[in-house]
Amino acid sequence: MDSRRSDSPAAMPLAVKILVAGGFGVGKTTLVGSVSEIKPLRTEELLTERGVGVDDLAGVENKHTTTVAMDFGRITLRDDLVLYLFGTPGQDRFWFMWDELALGALGAVVLADTRRLADCFPSVDYFERRRVPFIVAVNCFDDAVRYAPEEIAGALALGPDVPVVLCDARRRDSGRDALITLVEHVLRITTRTAV
Amino acid sequence: MTDPPMRSGNSEWFDGAAGRLVRPYALTGGRTRPTREGFDLITIIMTADASSIATAEFGPEHGAILRLACTPQSVAELSAKLSLPLAVLRVLLSDLYAPGWIIVRQPTPMTQTPDERVLKDVINGLKTL
Repeated sequence: MDSRRSDSPAAMPLAVKILVAGGFGVGKTTLVGSVSEIKPLRTEELLTERGVGVDDLAGVENKHTTTVAMDFGRITLRDDLVLYLFGTPGQDRFWFMWDELALGALGAVVLADTRRLADCFPSVDYFERRRVPFIVAVNCFDDAVRYAPEEIAGALALGPDVPVVLCDARRRDSGRDALITLVEHVLRITTRTAV
Repeated sequence: MTDPPMRSGNSEWFDGAAGRLVRPYALTGGRTRPTREGFDLITIIMTADASSIATAEFGPEHGAILRLACTPQSVAELSAKLSLPLAVLRVLLSDLYAPGWIIVRQPTPMTQTPDERVLKDVINGLKTL
């Protein structure tokens, strides 16, 4: 297929995606599930130990196969517009999967847990390096100390324009609001660049 | 290649306790790469002509894709619903795409900054949830 060929009959919606990142157990799949119209689905990529770029099966018997799982959800915004939300795989050695996920993503919501704030550093670093727009959403676990968004931004050394919001990943309206904050942030960046 | 031991449908390929019953690349004849690139996770796939699926001379997995894609859906959804790893699914999609069994809608080109109109549509859509 031509890499960008699109048949695009009217019946086919345009798809966009947003990533949900953050440390293990921070509530990525919870957030995806609370705003998704479908029960989150899981897609898998098989990896050999040699990773990407393996083009034939010669010597495959000596390689170990690993499965990377990604959970995702869907929100039909209009007949012709669908939003997919992808939870990013947790382990650092799956960065190349992030590259595929980040390609063409509108942006990312980095979920943070104030009890383990450092867990979201790799995600923040990744999106800053790749210049993928992101916001930080602090998942307010019941037993966690509450901090003001400005304190979180300071602790993460975020740029001044990166939004930090408090959210409850279990609640649909709260997750939705975080997504709106992200896309409005992306829109601001886009219009600023265009001027 | 002899017929796989299962006829059609996803559940027969997967056993809850044992996992996958057929080694994934058995479905693709050992091929690990699609013949052409371009099936992003959110590329939308639709069966070109639902009425002709019965005449398609493909393996059962190809048929399963064509039946599922009568409703347009993303590569990621097809992968999840058919329990097919993405790499395997992409090979099968290439098989179906070349002779015109499926049509695709690509996401917005990755290299461009997001379209302002699309962003506004997404915001408005989210606000109505």
